[in-house]
Formats: sequence, structure tokens, C-alpha cells
Amino acid sequence: MSEILTPSPSVGDRLRQLPQAGRGVVRSADIDTRLLGLVAALVIIWVGFNIASGGTFLTARNLWNLSVQSASIGIMATGMVLVIVSRNIDLSVGAMLGFVGYTMAMAQTVWLPQALGLGLGHPLIWILSVAIGLVLGLGIGALQGFVIAYGFIPSFIVTLGGLLAWRGLIFQYAQGQTIAPLDTTFRLLGGGPQGSLGEVGSWIVGIIGVVAVLIGLVLLRRRQARYGFQVRPIWATVAIGVVATVAILGAVWVANSYPWPEQLAIQYAEANGIEIPPGGLVIPTGIAYPVLIMIGVAILMTHLAERRRFGRNVYAIGGNPQAAELSGINTKRTIMLVFAIMGLLAGVSAIVQTARLNAAVTGLGVTNELDVISAAVIGGSSFAGGIGTIPGAVLGAVVMQSLRSGMVLLRVDSPTQDIVVGIVLVAAVGFDAWLRRRST
Amino acid sequence: MTALPQDPAPTTPPVSKAGYLVEMRDVSVSFGGVHAVNGVSINLRPGEVLGLVGGNGAGKSTLMKVLSGAQPPDSGQILIGGEPAAIHNPRDARTYGIECIYQTLALADNLHAPANVFLGRELVRRSGVLDDSAMEDATRKLMGRLNPRFRNFRGAVQSLSGGQRQSVAIARAIHFNATILIMDEPTAALGPAETAQVRDLIRQLKDEGLGIFLISHDIHDVFDLSDRISVMYHGEIVGTVNRDDVTTDQVLAMIILGKKPEEVTAEELEALHASG
Repeated sequence: MSEILTPSPSVGDRLRQLPQAGRGVVRSADIDTRLLGLVAALVIIWVGFNIASGGTFLTARNLWNLSVQSASIGIMATGMVLVIVSRNIDLSVGAMLGFVGYTMAMAQTVWLPQALGLGLGHPLIWILSVAIGLVLGLGIGALQGFVIAYGFIPSFIVTLGGLLAWRGLIFQYAQGQTIAPLDTTFRLLGGGPQGSLGEVGSWIVGIIGVVAVLIGLVLLRRRQARYGFQVRPIWATVAIGVVATVAILGAVWVANSYPWPEQLAIQYAEANGIEIPPGGLVIPTGIAYPVLIMIGVAILMTHLAERRRFGRNVYAIGGNPQAAELSGINTKRTIMLVFAIMGLLAGVSAIVQTARLNAAVTGLGVTNELDVISAAVIGGSSFAGGIGTIPGAVLGAVVMQSLRSGMVLLRVDSPTQDIVVGIVLVAAVGFDAWLRRRST
Repeated sequence: MTALPQDPAPTTPPVSKAGYLVEMRDVSVSFGGVHAVNGVSINLRPGEVLGLVGGNGAGKSTLMKVLSGAQPPDSGQILIGGEPAAIHNPRDARTYGIECIYQTLALADNLHAPANVFLGRELVRRSGVLDDSAMEDATRKLMGRLNPRFRNFRGAVQSLSGGQRQSVAIARAIHFNATILIMDEPTAALGPAETAQVRDLIRQLKDEGLGIFLISHDIHDVFDLSDRISVMYHGEIVGTVNRDDVTTDQVLAMIILGKKPEEVTAEELEALHASG
């Protein structure tokens, strides 16, 4: 009888304890589990598509393209995180992007060359165009933020109005025209073989990244130890350092494994008088500029969100607006700044998208708001406010783009793609909510 | 709770010639046509606990929100240390050394304890980067005295117990050398042990020379802790009495009937006893 009442642990029980043990390791290593789950989902998606496509998904070429395609949405998603964390929404990012993109295209093809008398291709043209785009994006975002914060009009309404108004303005002054081609230097910001860092540059960036991560890990340990706080076990710090190093250098290696298209390489060789070696000229592409911009934006935004008073206040407002107000936080100014930053990032993405297209079309950025919001939400941002991370949103953008890109490889038609992405979005949020209910 | 939970030695707060830390004069607040607070005057000395009691909607919380900057008054004057004070928002109130522990605690549930203690007053390094380690360190020291069993310094305060959350709210109020403390129902959500802890803390802060406004429904709390008791009724002060001069019955009569002890008739008192 006693054996029946107190059975020895079965295999099933032991298996059930395994995830528990895994969770213990993650907890003592002080790692964000949500982010880890997202990485796991990404690995599953990548491996799944690779198998289904017969090995064409995990190629340097496809991954490089994936990185460039994710950049524009990823950049804006970092700003959308702060918007959503502060219990707001911005539906106008696509329209802002279109408006800013169109204005920049006009500036560099018509206004600047004519008004300032600069010849086409003058270096000032692309610099001024970029500046105009950034300032315009910032200004539009700040204007919307001002109306939201000081006019007490819900952000959903203000940015819905913005979506219609900015899109309408594009049609009004574009008259359906496509503006192309753009400034040759400006175009490089959109990526492509020449709009990339190349082999040496990519390695340098990768090594700087590795060194920065390692220094950061050491400094964190030292600071925590100085105050006598609980410090990550040394194995965890070492493991994180090794994983980060491998990931960064691996990404650089992949980007460098994608060579320039043969025709382009030959043209380049002829133009620069390089002799083509037997077996063809292989020029590694390296990290594309838009990807570099996205990484830079993500680092800056993470710093702003987690290491600055402004970010802390945004999270406090999202967690409890009354408490934030009562504790003396200038909530109105903070909300306005959040939207200003969102506008600025729409400007950055406008640069990337117009440069990549080498044109401004009236449909620029249409439905981008949905992709950006989806990326932030898949990345763990919660509409209840106060929750969301920048790295999560960037990963969310990569997950979305991976799904689309994978389905294109599998020749899935566009409507079916939308259906799948829609279902994944809802399922991801449902899963996240379920996990959160269980953990509390 | 052995040592005083304030960081530097308490400075002597400024007082008026009459010895008052705070004087609120003829303060009125109305919402629409309703006079939530109607011509109320009230004052507080250092080292004094003033119990503020009254039924629901009597105007206690609204009056205190005026002092803490959360509710601008329609009219009236606030003097701090005998000088007129301009309090338009919570930030202004803080510069006058006024801290408030709200009934709702006003915590950002998604942030950890140190972030809540320093909410709106975050410590930064010279580079402008948040000094989370210093904030955690200060919070640990504060909690070591306030609530030694408090351990969770890195989890969201959402996951803390009611008493622990209360500790965080109190830590926030007293860390910045407040001279005037407003406590709105500080024990309403607490168990017996935690209530006792908060009472000890109030006595201790009082001994340090802080002036404390204590809003409470619990007449026993008020009688145990207060030096004087002000009773509010329909937005007005019925009267302010010395704790030692009155009985709980008399104060209850003031709360329920809105009349001073000497104005209450024997019949009314009897009816009160019959119903209670």
C-alpha cells in the first residue's frame, strides 16, 4: 500500500521537473525569459523554413536580404515600444514615413538643386535631404504629441487623423507622380552591395561590438559587487559573453559570406582597373547600411528606455499614470517627447525606404503602421501599458519579416501570407498573456 | 525599527510665530456645484499628529490633495512656516517638504521597489545615466530599518504583498527629509502585525519632529496616535479638539451628526447609541 501512496518519482515526473531546472538556470543567470522565448521562436521559424524550402532559407544571401528588409520596420518598432508602453498608439507612422520620404525626394531632386544652385550629386544635397527628413519627422511627431498631451485628445484619434492627413497631403502635392532617381550618395543609405560596409568594415564593427559587450558585462559585475549586491554567477557572465561574441561575429561572417552579384563585381573591377582572378571576383558585401542604422537606433533607444530618466518616466507613466503625475513627473512633456521620437524614427525609416527604392512613390509606407505595431507587440509590448522592450521589438520585426520572406521562398501567395501573419500575431499575444497569467 | 529612517540628521523645520508648520486658511474646492471643501482652516505644529476624520465624502482627502499639490484650490491660502506658499502641483509641494502617502499608494506596479522610491527624483550619475545601483543601495538601507524582512528589490512591486507595497510608499515619503507628512488611510490594507509596524513608525516620525496629517476611518487608530483631532462634515470643519479632552463617543457624534460635543443634545446622543 505504502508503495502506491508514495510512488518513487516516475520518468514523467522527472521530465516535468526538467523545465523547472531550466528555469532555475535562466533565473540565476538573470536573463530576460521573454527575449529568450522570442529567440527560440525565431530559431524554430528559421529551421522550419529551411527544411521546407530545401535549404534555401538559411543562406547568406537570404539572411542578408532578411536583415535589410527588417531594418525599416525594426527602426520604427523601437519607437513604437515607448508609445505603447506609455499607453498610447501611433497609427500615423506609415503616413508620416510617406510624407517625409516624399519631401526628401522632392528636396534632393528639385528644391535643393534648383534653389541652392547645387549641381546634381553635390555632397551637400544628400546631407541636407537627410537633415530635412529628420527635422520634418521630429516636427510632425512633436506636433501630434503636443495635441495628444496638451489637448487631451486620445492618441488613437490624433494619429488616425494624422494617417489620413499626411497621406492626403502626399497625394495632393505629388499628383500621383513617382520621383526618381534619387541622389547617388543618398541611395547608399538604402543598402545594396555598394550601400554596405564591406568585409573589413564589417569585421571592425563586429569586433567593436564584442569588446563593448564584454566591457559592459565586466563593469556591471564590478558595480554590483561594489555595492555588495547579488552578482550573476561567473559561469553565467562567461556564458553570456561567449554567446554574444559568437552571435555578433557569426552575423558578420554571414554578411561577409554574401558576395556582390557577379555582373556588378565585374563592372566594379573594370571601373577600378582591378584584374579579375580566375574563378571570378568575389567581393564580400558585409553589413548593409540600413542594418547598421537599425542596430545604432536600437542601442540608442535601449539606452534611452532603460538607462535614462526619460525612459524610466515613460515606463512609470505606463504602469500608473496617476502615480507618475503625483510623483512630480512632467507627464505631458514626456508623452509629447515619446511621439516626437516616434516621428523622428519614421523620418529615419523614410530615409532607408526611399533610398532602397531609389524613388518616392505615393504609396510609400502604406500599412507600415500595422507591421510596426505588430513587431512591437510580438516583441512583448503590452497595450495595458508599462511593459515592452526595445530588443524585443527588433526581434519582433525580424520574426515578422522571416515569416514573410520564408513564405515568399515557398511561393505562398500574398493573401495567404497576410492570413498567416495575422494568425501568428494574435497567437503570439495570446501565448504571452497566458504565460503572464501563469507566472503571477 | 530602531534607528530613524531618515538619511541625514533632521533639520529643524521653519515654523510661524505661533509655532505652526502649516496653516491652511479658508480653503475651498468645488466640483461642479458641489462644495467638496468649503472655507476650511486647519493647522499643524512640528512633532504633532493631527487626526483628520469624517464620513465618506466629508472632504478629508480633497483637503489633503490641496496641500500635496494634487488638487488646486478654488480659493484660500497655504502658509508654510508662516510664509505664503505657492503649491500648484506635486513638485511644488515636495519643495516645501510635503510628502503624501496616498490611500492607493500611487506605485508604478511594473517597476521595482528602488524605481518607485525614487519615482520622479531618480538618481543619476554625472553622465545623466540612471544610477540604479545607488538607488537600490539607498532603498536597501531604508528598508533595513523600515521593514527588515523586505527582500525583493529587483522584481516589479506588483508581486509584493500589501504590507511590502505600503513599505515602499512610506520609504518614498520619508527618504527625502519631509517635514510635513500626509498619510491617507495608511493602515486600511494591512494585517494586524503590519498595522502595528506602521503605528510605531508614525510615533517615531513624530518624535523626530515631523508634522503628520493622519486621515483614517479607524477611530481607534486616530485616538491612539493623534494629538489633536479635526472632524470634517460635508466639506466643513465641525471642530478641532485635543485628544485628551474628548471621548471616542463624542468624536463619533461629531463625525455622524456634524455638531460639536456641546451642541449635541441628549436625545441625539441617545438616538446615536440606539442605532450604533
